[in-house]
Amino acid sequence: MTAPGPSTETAAPPASRGRALARWLYGRSRTQLRLLLAAPLAWIVLVYLGSLVVLLLNAFWAKDAFTGNVAPFQWTLAAFEEIFGQEVYRTIAVRTVTIALLVTLTDALLAFPIAYYMARIASPRTRGILLIAVLMPLWAAYLVKIYAWRTILQGNGFLAWVLSPFGIHGPGLSSQPNAWLVLSYLWLPYMIVPIYAGLERIPGSLLEASSDLGAKAGVTFRRVILPLLVPALVAGSIFTFSLSLGDYIVPNLVSNAKFIGNVIYDNSALGNVPVAAAYSLLPIVIMVIYLFAARRLGAFESL
Amino acid sequence: MVESSWVRIGLRIVSGLVLAFLYLPLVILAIYAFNESRLMAWPPPGLTLHWFGDAAANPDIRAAFLNSIVAATAATSIALVLGTLASLAVQRYEFFGRDAIAFMLVLPIALPGVITGIALQTTFKTIGLNFGLMTIIVGHATFCVVVAYNNVVARLRRLPRTPEEASSDLGADTWVTFRRITMPGMRTALLSGALLAFALSFDEIIVTLFTAGAGTQTIPIWIFTAIQRPTELPVVNVVALVLVLLSVVPVYFAQRIGGEAASIAR
Amino acid sequence: MRRLTIPAALVTIGMVMAACGSTVPSGALTSLGDGEGQLNLIIWDGYAERGAVDKAYDWVTGFEKDTGCKVKTTPMTDSANGVQLLKSGQYDGGSFSGDATIRLMAAGDVAPVNVDLIPNYKDVFAGLKLKEFNSKGGVPYGTPHGRGPNLLMWNTDVVTAAPTTWDPIFEGGAAYKGKISIYDSSIYIADAALHLMTKQPDLKITNPYQLNDAQFAAAIDLLTKQRDNGAVYWGLLTDQVQSFASGDTVIGTTWPYQVNLLQGEKKKVKAVLPNEGSTGWSDTWMIYSHAAHPNCMYRWMNHMLSPQANAEATVWFGEAAVTQKACEFAETISPGHCAQQHASDEAYWDKIWYWTTPQADCADADAATTCKDQDAWVSAWTTLRGS
Repeated sequence: MTAPGPSTETAAPPASRGRALARWLYGRSRTQLRLLLAAPLAWIVLVYLGSLVVLLLNAFWAKDAFTGNVAPFQWTLAAFEEIFGQEVYRTIAVRTVTIALLVTLTDALLAFPIAYYMARIASPRTRGILLIAVLMPLWAAYLVKIYAWRTILQGNGFLAWVLSPFGIHGPGLSSQPNAWLVLSYLWLPYMIVPIYAGLERIPGSLLEASSDLGAKAGVTFRRVILPLLVPALVAGSIFTFSLSLGDYIVPNLVSNAKFIGNVIYDNSALGNVPVAAAYSLLPIVIMVIYLFAARRLGAFESL
Repeated sequence: MVESSWVRIGLRIVSGLVLAFLYLPLVILAIYAFNESRLMAWPPPGLTLHWFGDAAANPDIRAAFLNSIVAATAATSIALVLGTLASLAVQRYEFFGRDAIAFMLVLPIALPGVITGIALQTTFKTIGLNFGLMTIIVGHATFCVVVAYNNVVARLRRLPRTPEEASSDLGADTWVTFRRITMPGMRTALLSGALLAFALSFDEIIVTLFTAGAGTQTIPIWIFTAIQRPTELPVVNVVALVLVLLSVVPVYFAQRIGGEAASIAR
Repeated sequence: MRRLTIPAALVTIGMVMAACGSTVPSGALTSLGDGEGQLNLIIWDGYAERGAVDKAYDWVTGFEKDTGCKVKTTPMTDSANGVQLLKSGQYDGGSFSGDATIRLMAAGDVAPVNVDLIPNYKDVFAGLKLKEFNSKGGVPYGTPHGRGPNLLMWNTDVVTAAPTTWDPIFEGGAAYKGKISIYDSSIYIADAALHLMTKQPDLKITNPYQLNDAQFAAAIDLLTKQRDNGAVYWGLLTDQVQSFASGDTVIGTTWPYQVNLLQGEKKKVKAVLPNEGSTGWSDTWMIYSHAAHPNCMYRWMNHMLSPQANAEATVWFGEAAVTQKACEFAETISPGHCAQQHASDEAYWDKIWYWTTPQADCADADAATTCKDQDAWVSAWTTLRGS
């Protein structure tokens, strides 16, 4: 099948293998598609989804208590019996989801004012500086930020020093709210940027129209801005929620509590892969549902 | 602007407070980089520059830094290629399962890192792969793809098709059109995607811990092991401070290139 | 997964060969070749120092220069973690405690050791040779590193009366609410069981690691009360060091190393081995059955048995040395070290319950008894920590 050729006035470009290939591909959109998708799909399916499958298979395999060896293809539901049988796994799941939701809410509340200021009030130069200022903490190593918070929160740390004139003790390193605080801190920039992007996209004319029609700031916010921000909010929340859901380093370092991530990590560190794999199903299911809902709300375009 | 001045002042104050919140730990970190004592108590008993010397002399830090750069560059390159291919496919064609692609690509980032890490580790062990820089790169590339994909797809959505159509009307074949029309249009999206992917890979710790194996260290892994040794804590602070300061450069460039808000898909 | 059955096959073949009268244990290295240039070790933190903390304590750099084996170390948080790390196949060996060694030997993850290739082995105290935690079937599976007891440490500013029993962190825990520091590992259940041996003798606990249902339940009950008194759990020893230094914890269970580190930073802490006795550990360097660098590993094992290395390592960590020559060397860097640590006093070690693995068959000859196994211990600890 030959392609519709160029107009006869111009000279035909030199024939080449690339050109011949292009001509062959032209019109074969299915093939083009397959070629384009082959590599990325293969990667994601084989490397990522394949590993997930291997992991989840482990959830059904038996493990010898003494030697610690996992026997492949010896099917058993022992890991699931452990997960469903012991109350503690439910407690941990509820605790983690609650904190993840709290962190998301906190970040949304903290992010909105600064995002609004950046999007609608700041001059372009200030906006650029603020954006850099907001993104910079992301480059500070995650672990080091957590350790910095440890020094702030510990018994003889910064916070204790600040509060001591008032006779209040520092929080120490074993309270659960520490995890909420530090997680909110860590993911805040991930919430600021999508909200900022979302606010920027709202045409100024809409807000002016709203105030021309007599709406006060609160009403404009509630009825105009918020609904338009939903995709951005959900996009930001994907990160704050999922990052908090699976984190194990923060609860380990600034609190004494165990979260979902701790159970998975601890079990894998002890060689108990079946239980770790079985428990992993929980955050996987939660996030898949969350992602479906997010897609519905249009968050994928705001990522 | 429609906001009353009260609202504007209020927003300015709150923004300032939020920025202070964001930077408090970094400031404390910076101060500790000069802390005389090994234990991180507040206030620090004295200040010294001597940890900077220790950090500069430490061969492990240099090796880890190099590994991080190599891994991030490789992962970013792979992610750019795969992400661009995928976004071209999704943006330009209609096919069954199109929505599923975006979904699948976002999974490595949306699912907790500990799960991705343990899944990759278990699989590599089962296959019998040797852990090292290669396995790190594989892990990083997997979740960096979506970053590249999102940036390119967003740009493709906004690029008009007419120049491409004109180009092929004038006799250019697919490759020429791509190289001379599409690519330049995508360039800034590719760059901001690359910067984000690089940042992501450079700072990644959780998946890397599972995929690095015994002999290889990236900077986050070095920090992780050093933090566990009470003697190395001040050097860790120095390394972190230097990383933050160094990072001003790419972030600044990301902003210049990004123009309007860069999507921060992490 | 088929890889795991290969060591089993090797051991079988090896046993057949051994039956033919060879003195070199099958599966062990038969001759020492050149170093491979690299050595990956799993260690307890503090077991392989390069002078980073104190320039006088460095037994790694000299080894690297002499043998050309570059040493890379990974610390383990507890024995189960150590077992898992070794199973990953990324390491040549490590310093394992008794609860890890018997599991590794049973699973075939570690290879027997040809002591002919380790000249310093002959100097090891008789009391540490061919014990059940470092040998199988009369064949040595590793070289001893050091042994020590778990101690009770306290902040002398806050805890004014020096404790003599484990009571302050169990029954007396309310006095230090929220400031008790406890090792975050299921093996700690044995410490609770040990305490119950004196506090509730009617439970008839004879071995704190092999507990029947009633004994186990009582131990967990004691630990739950301890947790409710606001126990703070440490997984990394530096966490404990930080928390004592910052005053977040004032009393708890520890290893001598943390005591040394804190006293080195001029913090006011003291430690004691309480009257009831204690759990402890006896650590052995073992070689992975598929070690990538076996020659370097053998050289390391020999090096760690040399007088200077063993003396420095055990003085540094605060544990007992394993050879007489090391004790003599230790006198020069820390006089009285071996006497204080009871290095050759076997009667002392009979009172210390080395870490070992809980087994379903109670590790005794009586087939009728059943005990809680390792998985049950880990599961109970998870529940304790997670609730």
